[in-house]
Amino acid sequence: MTIPLRLDSRKAARSEPDLVQRPVAIAIDHVSKKYGDLDVLKDCSMTVRRAEVVVVCGPSGSGKSTLLKCVNGLEGFQAGAITVAGTSVGDRRTDLTKLRSQIGMVFQHFELYPHLTVLQNITLAPIRVLGRAKSEAIDKAMSLLRRVGLADKAGCYPGQLSGGQQQRAAIARALAMDPIAMLFDEPTSALDPETISEVLDVMTELARDGMTMMVVTHEMGFARHVADRVVFMDGGCILEEAPAEAFFAQPSTERARSFLSKILRQQ
Amino acid sequence: MIYHWDWSVPISAPYLGWLMSGLAWTLLVAGAAWVIAFVLGAAIGILRTLPHRGARMIGAVYVTVFRSVPLLLQLFLWYFVVPELLPASVAHWIKRDLPLPEYWTSVIGLGLFTAARIAEQFRAGIQAVGRGQSMAAAASGLTLLQSYRYVLLPVAARYVLPPLTSEFLNVVKNSSLALTIGLLELTGQSRQIEGVTFHGIEAFTAATLIYVALTLTAIAAMRAIERVVAIPGLMARV
Repeated sequence: MTIPLRLDSRKAARSEPDLVQRPVAIAIDHVSKKYGDLDVLKDCSMTVRRAEVVVVCGPSGSGKSTLLKCVNGLEGFQAGAITVAGTSVGDRRTDLTKLRSQIGMVFQHFELYPHLTVLQNITLAPIRVLGRAKSEAIDKAMSLLRRVGLADKAGCYPGQLSGGQQQRAAIARALAMDPIAMLFDEPTSALDPETISEVLDVMTELARDGMTMMVVTHEMGFARHVADRVVFMDGGCILEEAPAEAFFAQPSTERARSFLSKILRQQ
Repeated sequence: MIYHWDWSVPISAPYLGWLMSGLAWTLLVAGAAWVIAFVLGAAIGILRTLPHRGARMIGAVYVTVFRSVPLLLQLFLWYFVVPELLPASVAHWIKRDLPLPEYWTSVIGLGLFTAARIAEQFRAGIQAVGRGQSMAAAASGLTLLQSYRYVLLPVAARYVLPPLTSEFLNVVKNSSLALTIGLLELTGQSRQIEGVTFHGIEAFTAATLIYVALTLTAIAAMRAIERVVAIPGLMARV
């Protein structure tokens, strides 16, 4: 089986031992979550180190999006602990609002605010949450829009943009908060095949600039060439956590092997 | 029996004046009831969407109570029953000193009833904005208050405009029930003209035309608002 090499590898520049010594940005420690009697997450543990890119993959319903949403407290969990940059997410005393303002999130369906222009979408939280001056927020938003190739769309409403443009704007919106980490929840799943690459290019660029990223995706090309490590989930469990090369070369569980062979055959 | 048509009745003195007085009361009742219904309805509707279970419960109880009792009966309850249940001094004030008791009873009864309906429309509108939007707002660090203020409500308000138009027309039309507790609004005045002149057909036709003119004006105004606030790329311009 072959994987199309549409993304440049960014990993050549960096050696593995270097990575191990980096501080932990996101630590998920024995997290379990139930909806009534249904186990959504079972004893999940994983870490994302600073400037590391970790891809979480697995079949639909495996709990990967739920795990991601637990990281910034959009979903609660009953057992275990999650810490982001040393702050405990599940702790009642934690100021979740403040923590969330430090973690960027990108959604499958973009979730841009439809009644605001692209520029207003990006400046809303910096102005209202961080208390930045409007002019400063606008300057920053414009430079981010240039970075994602949307400088000419600042005055457009989300409904006037293509899916790929909306998702790039959503990435710019998250970056405007100067996040310590970025969470991606299937950022390309709602896009048509042609525009997927424009979003992946932006994400690859981000990874190269040293952003800490936890990415739920089915894009195995991105996982292989951009991710440092891959986490494989099924049935609410983390079955495998391995460096990307190792995961693709030799998955250690049969479940991951059959998942990979099915998903890679399509790509 | 031969009916003597006389279309001059509704436009001659003093009957034209009666109709105009009725129209004024209709507008006064509907307008004031609308203010109560809109403010309270929006608040209750928001309560019904909050994460806090107790808040949702309060909203649900309000809607259930005020939606389940016929409006006419609610007016009777406010007018005849509630004053009896209040402390003697308050009841005394309502019966003896409150100016225009029929008017204020109608306004409160109609306002509270309509608020329950508007609450449901606001709840539906906020829910239509979607969980994804509230997640996005929360994820960016906005507080609950801020996400309602800057994201959920501005979009929900646009979704709610068309059903609100219907609700506003309902308030105008339902205000005619105020005649049952003695307020001579438009319908009441047309009945009065009938009683005095026996030209009921002309009087009721005139009232009908005035109601239609009122509602058409309201519809045109709401349409204009919808057009102005339509979101480019999201909602087709009507």
